[in-house]
Amino acid sequence: MKDIAIQVTGLQKSYKALQVLKSVDLEATRGSIFALLGSNGAGKTTVVRILTTLLKADGGTAAVNGYDVASQPDGVRQSISLTGQFAAVDEILTGRENVIMIAELRHLRNPRQVAVDLLGRFGLTDAADRRVSTYSGGMRRRLDLAMSLVGKPPLIFLDEPTTGLDPEARLEVWKTVKELAQNGTTVFLTTQYLDEAEQLADRIAILHEGRIIANGTLADLKKLLPPAKVEYVEKQPSLEEIFLAIIGHKEVL
Amino acid sequence: MHATQHHLFSDLGVMLGRSMRHVFRSLDTIITVTLTPIAMLLLFVYVFGGAIETGTDSYVNYLLPGILLIAIASGIAYTSYRLYMDKQRGLFERFHSMPITRSAVLWGHVLTSLVSNALSVIVIILVALVIGFRSPAGIGAWLGVAGILTLFTLALTWIAAIAGLSASSVDGAGAFAYPLIFLPFISSAFVPTESMPTLVRLFAENQPVTAIVEALRALLSAQPVGDDIWIALAWCVGIMAVAYVFAMRAYQKQV
Repeated sequence: MKDIAIQVTGLQKSYKALQVLKSVDLEATRGSIFALLGSNGAGKTTVVRILTTLLKADGGTAAVNGYDVASQPDGVRQSISLTGQFAAVDEILTGRENVIMIAELRHLRNPRQVAVDLLGRFGLTDAADRRVSTYSGGMRRRLDLAMSLVGKPPLIFLDEPTTGLDPEARLEVWKTVKELAQNGTTVFLTTQYLDEAEQLADRIAILHEGRIIANGTLADLKKLLPPAKVEYVEKQPSLEEIFLAIIGHKEVL
Repeated sequence: MHATQHHLFSDLGVMLGRSMRHVFRSLDTIITVTLTPIAMLLLFVYVFGGAIETGTDSYVNYLLPGILLIAIASGIAYTSYRLYMDKQRGLFERFHSMPITRSAVLWGHVLTSLVSNALSVIVIILVALVIGFRSPAGIGAWLGVAGILTLFTLALTWIAAIAGLSASSVDGAGAFAYPLIFLPFISSAFVPTESMPTLVRLFAENQPVTAIVEALRALLSAQPVGDDIWIALAWCVGIMAVAYVFAMRAYQKQV
């Protein structure tokens, strides 16, 4: 079972009378990108909060990197990183100070060098010594991701990583996620965007009304529908394609 | 468990360093917690002081304890604000999903409150010395003053923690401090209570600030402290204990 990063069985959670998770089962393999797809309020964030030890489940079991989330939370926290729905960055510190702070909390040898490397990797070198309150939304998200990668945790949770980002920043996040997986990091991401799951994920699970109603690779999920018919349709560029073509993929800093 | 436990002090140090940067980088904080009390000190000593009969030779000596309490009451409003922002921005979640001593997140804020209030108290005392404050108190009495101010800061900090952790808006996180800042005005901090109408006087003489101010004043003027110091300590420890319980309850809800 060495290659299983996340194993969830019969997970339940209620908020007062509202049963958000009825019985959730899922499994993510190491080094893969796993997408949890669901509409707003489906309970995706609740699953992430339980798996990252922020919330206790009412029932069922969940193991992350072989550690039980309820009985071995320290083991879980050692081996994961969470990037929440909103960039959790310290606005008053500079980008560099933010990364150094996380490196110090993870007790790394050389926090300054870690910061130089990660800020460089996320294109924040020029902005490193500016306060985060002056950053754009995309820059904040990049800093947020840089902070999550401090200490190279083998598993990263991304809770709706592209919600509220402009198309360019969204593509940047996608690129980063793909790079992470290429380097062997397991990525567990939640999203409400179908194209995001389609673009990134090795496996997709659909959370609906408290249960996983479909689970598999994109090809598996496609098989659930009747075979595709061939139709000829004129290809119209999407507004996103037009937007990106006009601005020429330039980075807006 | 033990792997994360012995990092408590280094984790606390990182948290303290972070929030102290917040203090020093916020002009608003510095103005409110240090410059405003100093302006009040100058205003009362040089404008109103001449007309106030306290039965002492030096009004600045009489006034200083109350000004220090007002400075601390303004200071803890920012502790509440900083806690609220951490909760709101998702920083609690980031820290709590990391392998650090969880209590360091909250205690870092408490420690910052103690350190930053101590700094503003020291600056205010230095200004008071410049405008004529003198104290015959020995080292023991000064330690007593430091001890009471520390307990007072802790008691108010835990009240601030309740507000910061359970507020649903920035305004709510700071608003609770106004009555606390106002309490010294209805006490013996500025004028002796003898001149007040009976009802106001009853309130003034039995609320915590009067006992704390009287104890500080007695210590600073090297007079016997009498019962005031015990009443002051009982108030501080009592408020601290109750507020701590409710603050921890509010904190557990976040975790």
